[in-house]
Amino acid sequence: MSKFKKKKKGTPGISTASLPDIVFMLLFFFMVSTTMRETDLLIKKPALPVASEVKKLEHKSLVSTIYVGKSKDTRISGDKIQVNDKIIAVKDIPSFIYSERALRKEDEVKFMTTSIKADKDASVGTVLDIKEQLRDIDALKISFSTSKGTDLSKNF
Amino acid sequence: MARRENAEINAGSMADIAFLLLIFFLVTTTMDVDSGIARKLPEKTDQQSDVIVKEKNVLDIVVNRNNQLLVENEYVKVTDIKRLAMKFIDNGGGLGTPIDDKPGEPCDYCGGAKDPSSSDHPSKAVISLQSDRGTTYGMYVSVQNEIEAAYNQLRNDLSLKRYSRSYDALLQDYNDNPTESLKVKIDDLKDKYPQIITEPEPIK
Repeated sequence: MSKFKKKKKGTPGISTASLPDIVFMLLFFFMVSTTMRETDLLIKKPALPVASEVKKLEHKSLVSTIYVGKSKDTRISGDKIQVNDKIIAVKDIPSFIYSERALRKEDEVKFMTTSIKADKDASVGTVLDIKEQLRDIDALKISFSTSKGTDLSKNF
Repeated sequence: MARRENAEINAGSMADIAFLLLIFFLVTTTMDVDSGIARKLPEKTDQQSDVIVKEKNVLDIVVNRNNQLLVENEYVKVTDIKRLAMKFIDNGGGLGTPIDDKPGEPCDYCGGAKDPSSSDHPSKAVISLQSDRGTTYGMYVSVQNEIEAAYNQLRNDLSLKRYSRSYDALLQDYNDNPTESLKVKIDDLKDKYPQIITEPEPIK
């Protein structure tokens, strides 16, 4: 009988040996499915308008982003334009695009897209001014950044 | 003397290290896919060439600073634009643009009413979007979206008729597997319903 009595008492602990594997799996999932946050927003995060006919922006590396929105300081009114990590005036946009072009290969320049991420309450005047500046320097491919949805009534 | 066994490396802290990495990536990354309405701006040219466009070939859309819409001088809602634009583009009441000295041909694929007082041909139909500087961007994007939707719908319809596959599906196929025959089809559809959108100077 003593043969059987030797068994240990108490519940065995849950093995955590596979925990690293699980966590690594999660890690790889996030590494693959996400992109690095590139800029810190100095303006209020633009609330993007909703649109149904959206196209995905291809070639992330060829996209330069212009943010348009209100200043974080509520006392300052009007739309602010941010590129990279600074707030600029409309007339400085060409120099921003030139600096973006200088970073890319010459044959890629014609595929470069400018993505305008503007708040839905921003005024069209600002956006049209930006467009005019872009036209001046032949940066003709633009994309109005929107989130996908079918309910347009929240846009205005 | 007893042989010492190889001591195993303690892997207990591996999970902690992995968690640390995981949290780092969670914090520094964003999930959202960048998407938007793609537009090609018109090139700037030095010489001003006056192109005469007939009044009936232009669909006037005006947005004022209170986000109110006028289409052909009638007060409409945003949701009406798609229908009106489709009706206007697909009208096909006359002859198309002459290509290489060949005279223009009537639109044989249009399903419109062929109203002589509306646009002649999809290749002649111009949509003019005039906005005020004070219009909100959300409204502007909504109108752009509706115009885009009108063109996409027309291309879809024609594509279903000709290739029994929608334009969106063709684009999707081309994305997955770019072949020459697909490109010909897509270009043909784009050619049949070219997007001609003009944006005059905004109202001050």
